[in-house]
Amino acid sequence: MAVIEVQNLRKYYGDTVAVRDVSFTVERGEIFGILGPNGAGKTTTVECVAGLRTPDDGTITVLGREPRDPELRRLVGVQLQESQLPEKLTVREALELYSAFYPEPADWRALARELGLTERLGARYAKLSGGQKQRLSIALALIGNPRIAILDELTTGLDPQARRDTWDLIESIRDTGVTIVLVTHFMEEAERLCDRIAVIDRGKVAALDTPAGLIAGIAVEQRLRFRPSTPVDDTLLTALDEVREVRHHGGQLEVIGAGNLLHAVTSVLATHQIIANDLRIEQASLDDAFVRLTGRNETE
Amino acid sequence: MRVFRKLTMTELRLLVREPVSAFFSFLFPTILVVILGSIPSFRTPSDDLGGGRVIDLYIGIAALLTLAMLGLQVVPMVLATYREGILRRLATTPVRPILLLAAQLAAALIVAVVSTSLAIAVGRIAFDVALPSQFAGFVLAYLLSALGVFAIGLFIAALAPTGKAGNSIGTLLFFPSMFFAGLWTPREVFPEVLKRVSDFTPLGAGERAVHEAMTGHWPNALSATVLVGYLVVFGVAAARLFRWS
Repeated sequence: MAVIEVQNLRKYYGDTVAVRDVSFTVERGEIFGILGPNGAGKTTTVECVAGLRTPDDGTITVLGREPRDPELRRLVGVQLQESQLPEKLTVREALELYSAFYPEPADWRALARELGLTERLGARYAKLSGGQKQRLSIALALIGNPRIAILDELTTGLDPQARRDTWDLIESIRDTGVTIVLVTHFMEEAERLCDRIAVIDRGKVAALDTPAGLIAGIAVEQRLRFRPSTPVDDTLLTALDEVREVRHHGGQLEVIGAGNLLHAVTSVLATHQIIANDLRIEQASLDDAFVRLTGRNETE
Repeated sequence: MRVFRKLTMTELRLLVREPVSAFFSFLFPTILVVILGSIPSFRTPSDDLGGGRVIDLYIGIAALLTLAMLGLQVVPMVLATYREGILRRLATTPVRPILLLAAQLAAALIVAVVSTSLAIAVGRIAFDVALPSQFAGFVLAYLLSALGVFAIGLFIAALAPTGKAGNSIGTLLFFPSMFFAGLWTPREVFPEVLKRVSDFTPLGAGERAVHEAMTGHWPNALSATVLVGYLVVFGVAAARLFRWS
C-alpha cells in the first residue's frame, strides 16, 4: 500500500526549473531512496512532500492527505539539510522540548543512547561537532514516533563508524514499521539501505528500481582477472557465449564478458584442471549505474 | 498551552544565557537609577520639574529603557536569527512557528517585568522614590508600552534578513526612541514642540503614560491610542511581511 504518491511534480524558483517532472510512489514499510547529483531536485522534491513548499504543478498525497495537512506534522518526521537549533540550547533541552511537541513521543533518552548522544546531553548546540549535530537532527526527526521519516542527507558529515551505526539505526526503525524516505548522494548508503531507489537527474526521474535492478538494467560488462595455474588457450574461453574478449597482462588473464561469466569461465577451467589463482571479479556497482543514467562521474 | 509554557521557558533560558544582553536587560535600568540617584542635586526637588525630583522621573524612564532594549534590540536579533533555520525546523513539527514568536515575546516581557521591578524596588529603598500611586494604571501603561514597542521589534524581525541586521536596525531606532522617552533630558523639560512630537513616538507616549501612573493617573487617551496604534499597525505589518524562511 502506497503511503506517498507523487505525480508529475513540477517546481520553479523564479525562472529556474528545480523539478521538471517527478512521479513515484513509496510503499508502506520500505526504505525509499532518492539519489541524484547536487541540484538535481532531490531536496525540492522532498520539501514538497514534507509540505514545506507548494508545488507549481502535479499532485502529492501523503498517507492519503494533502502534504500541508497539519495532521501530517505529527505523522511525518523530517530531517532537513539546513535546519538549525539555537546555539545555546543544550542537547537535553532540545530533546525534551521537541518531545513535548508530540502527543506520543518516543523515549528521548533511548533515542539519544542509540544515536550516541548520551554523553553530550549537557552540551550546547554550538559546541557539538558536525556529526553530533547531524545525529541530534536525526533524533529530532524520529522523536515524535512518526509513521514516515524523511531524511535528507542523513549521514553527511558523519565519520565511517557513525555512518554505519546510523544505518543500523535506520534499519531498526524500519523494522518497527516506519516508512523511510532517504535523500542521499552516497552510493554505498543507497545500495546498503534502500529497497528501491529513484534516480533523479535534471528535475526528472531517470530510473526507478531496486539497487540490484538498477545495476542489472545498465547491463555493463563484468571482468574477471586471475592467474591461471597453467597457460590457457584463449580459444577455450572465447568460444564461450558469455566471453567477449580475453586480454593478457603478464601472467594475468583478464576476461571480459556478460551474463553468468564467472560460472562459464570457472567451468571451462575446471574441466581442463586449471586453477584460477587470485581470482577477482569486477562487477558493475550502483556507481556505474549512476554514471550511465546521469552521464556524470560524480554525484557532486 | 503546555507547549507554549515550555517554549517560553526555553526562550527565557536562552535570553539569560546571552551574557551581554542579559546584563543590560536585567541590570542596566537599575544601574542607571543608582548612578543618577547618587548625584545629590538629582535627589532634591526642582522647580523646573514642578517640585519633583530628577530621580523620580528616571524610574519611569528606566522602565521604558528596559522595554526599548528588549523590544528593539534583543527581540529582532533573536527572531531574525531564528529565520536562519530554526523556524524551518519547527515548521516540520506539529507546533506552529508563530508560537515560537509568541514565546519569545512572552519571555522578553518576563525579563522586562523582573528588570523594571528591580529598578522600582531599588529606587524605593535607596532613594525613597514613591511606588506608582495608580498601580493598575501603571501596569496598563507598562503593558501598552510593551505591546507597542514589541510590535515594532517584531516588524524589524520581519524585515531583517539576518540576526545581525535585526540588531543593527533596532539599535539605530533605539537612540532616537529613547531620546523621546527622555533618557538624556527628561520629557518634562522638553520645549513644547518636542513634547508634542514625543507624544506620538512609541517610547515618548509610553513614558508619558507610565509617568502619569507613577503620579496617580490612568494613562491618558492620547498615549494609549498612540501605543495601541503602534501595536496594530506594526503588528499587522509584521504578520503580513514576516518571512518564515
